[in-house]
Amino acid sequence: MSTTASTSQAPTASQLAWRRRRASAAKTWADFRAQPGGMVGLIVLIVIILIAAFAPLLAPASMLDVTHVLNQPRFAQPSFAHLLGTDAQGRELWARMVWGARSSLIVGFAATAMSMIIGTVIGMAAGHFTGFVGGLLMRIVDFFLVLPSLILAIVLSSVLSRGLLTIVIAIGVTSWAGTARVVRAQTLTIESRGYIERARALGAGHWHIIGRHIFPAVMPLVLANTTLTVGSAIISESTLAFLGLGDPSSQSWGTILKNAMDVSAATSGYWWFILAPGLAILFVVLAFTLVGRAVETITNPTLRSR
Amino acid sequence: MISPVGSVLQDEAEDFDEPGAGASWLKYAGKKAGGALISLVMVIILGFFAFKILPGDPVATMAREHQMSAAQMAQLRAQYGLDKPLIVQFWNYLVNVFTGQFGESYVYHQSVSSLIGQYFWPTILLTGTSAVIAIALGLWLGQKAAWRHGSLFDKITSGTSLVFWSVPTFWLGLLLLLIFGGTLQWFPTGGMVSPGGDSTWFGTVMDVVSHLVLPVTTMVAVVYAQYVMVMRASLLEEMNADYLTTARAKGLREDLVRRKHAVPNALLPTVTLVFMHIGGLISGAVTVETVFSWPGLGKLTYEALSGPDLPLLQGTFVVFSAIIIIMNLIADLIYRQLDPRVRRA
Repeated sequence: MSTTASTSQAPTASQLAWRRRRASAAKTWADFRAQPGGMVGLIVLIVIILIAAFAPLLAPASMLDVTHVLNQPRFAQPSFAHLLGTDAQGRELWARMVWGARSSLIVGFAATAMSMIIGTVIGMAAGHFTGFVGGLLMRIVDFFLVLPSLILAIVLSSVLSRGLLTIVIAIGVTSWAGTARVVRAQTLTIESRGYIERARALGAGHWHIIGRHIFPAVMPLVLANTTLTVGSAIISESTLAFLGLGDPSSQSWGTILKNAMDVSAATSGYWWFILAPGLAILFVVLAFTLVGRAVETITNPTLRSR
Repeated sequence: MISPVGSVLQDEAEDFDEPGAGASWLKYAGKKAGGALISLVMVIILGFFAFKILPGDPVATMAREHQMSAAQMAQLRAQYGLDKPLIVQFWNYLVNVFTGQFGESYVYHQSVSSLIGQYFWPTILLTGTSAVIAIALGLWLGQKAAWRHGSLFDKITSGTSLVFWSVPTFWLGLLLLLIFGGTLQWFPTGGMVSPGGDSTWFGTVMDVVSHLVLPVTTMVAVVYAQYVMVMRASLLEEMNADYLTTARAKGLREDLVRRKHAVPNALLPTVTLVFMHIGGLISGAVTVETVFSWPGLGKLTYEALSGPDLPLLQGTFVVFSAIIIIMNLIADLIYRQLDPRVRRA
């Protein structure tokens, strides 16, 4: 063939695609950097992720063992010797906080992943399949949307055995409906476009249309939603832990607050016991919210002018 | 649990059932009521199977908390009908629900329905007061912020909302309790009435109000933020609409353009979302009532948890869900009433 020589010089389709992806990633990053709120959030998140990752180095696990702190003062106020004060057993609060960052982040990310997967799959299916299946799926989505998710999460985590996985399931199973609704709306808009009709005319099946056309098109939306959902998943985790449904074998900011309530810290004046874990939750969730809003602004051009 | 309002809002505005041109009020109401009824049936079914299909054994869970012999466990199973086949248990449960019984509490040894009846009104008082204040405050701040978006007022309002949005409800409660209950001792630290307090009518009301201040403040602070963001976002959607230009061209004062033209339209999606977030308010009630020992359904749920008192938990779950489903039905009906396109038809 006479054209082979010239086409071998030109980039192949996949090279082109990667070049375009790199360019769009660079542009997204530049857009993100332009938003101060998002950058602050990102830096806070990186610091907290590092703290969680190096928890065993920062605070050896023995510091959490109540049998190792027998001669430590209980309810010590924050000082140089006890940076954030001590708890009812004389354990250093900062050590518990450092380890608590782990469960918050693990549960936050895992529950969000679960919620996003369920929400995306059901949302795409509800938008793609019309008629009975779509209607039924939408009914289920609406049902989960109005259901008091915390109450359902409480029910789930009280019947399942206690543990991190249970909390992840309880939050993941109860928080996907919002995502499903947004994904469905997006799927409906995409389905009405010409290229889907063309693909269908060429004989594309359900799998092909959903996998190759709809999924890539709803992904940016899902990702923007993800960051916001991690924040609320972390709040849910701390709430469940606060209600005593947490994993007994691991530290959690919510558990610290539960311990604080159990010793009535609020009326006994153990202010550090309440302040530190709450501020930690606040900062992490705020950071995720800021990053999420920045991502949302990038993926949704109509928000940009605000 | 909070949903990302910004994105849900847009979806909601597009996705909300378009009122058909000829559809009558009755037909619409009937359709919505039918949907609510299906949800209610699903809740009742879920309320049973969530406790049964999952690989947990309530008696084993109870045995973890209290020492129990195998014989005692078997006796407990028989007492609560847990040794019967699943279908028989389900039937008994249905009979219980439709006669308004929900069985007997493991811990209180009282019928669940009488317990719920006892704890129902305090919750309505607490969440109702909080909802009214939060909605009024949220909508007012939200529309002001949107109208002057980019201004200092907008930045402060949005900033505070974002912070409150990120605060766990129970922590804010603990904090307020620490400052105003423990340290300053301005307000009582828990309960709904002081023991041996004033017995006059006025004295009792003032006593309850003083007990209400802290829990209501907590709930309002956490919830109003969502309403601010929803109202702000939906008014911003309307900001560049042509009908506002027309209204201004007619020579209307800016204030009138906002109150008579922009806000009524922005209210439509907001009202729906406000009612949809009633679920969040109820969830907040669980932790707030726990923190302030408010004698409501939330506290009852917390106590059912520490039992664990499964019939009681089942009962509160069904009642909470029913409240929310009914609230959503009301929202749908109000939406229809508020929408000028429908009213004229």
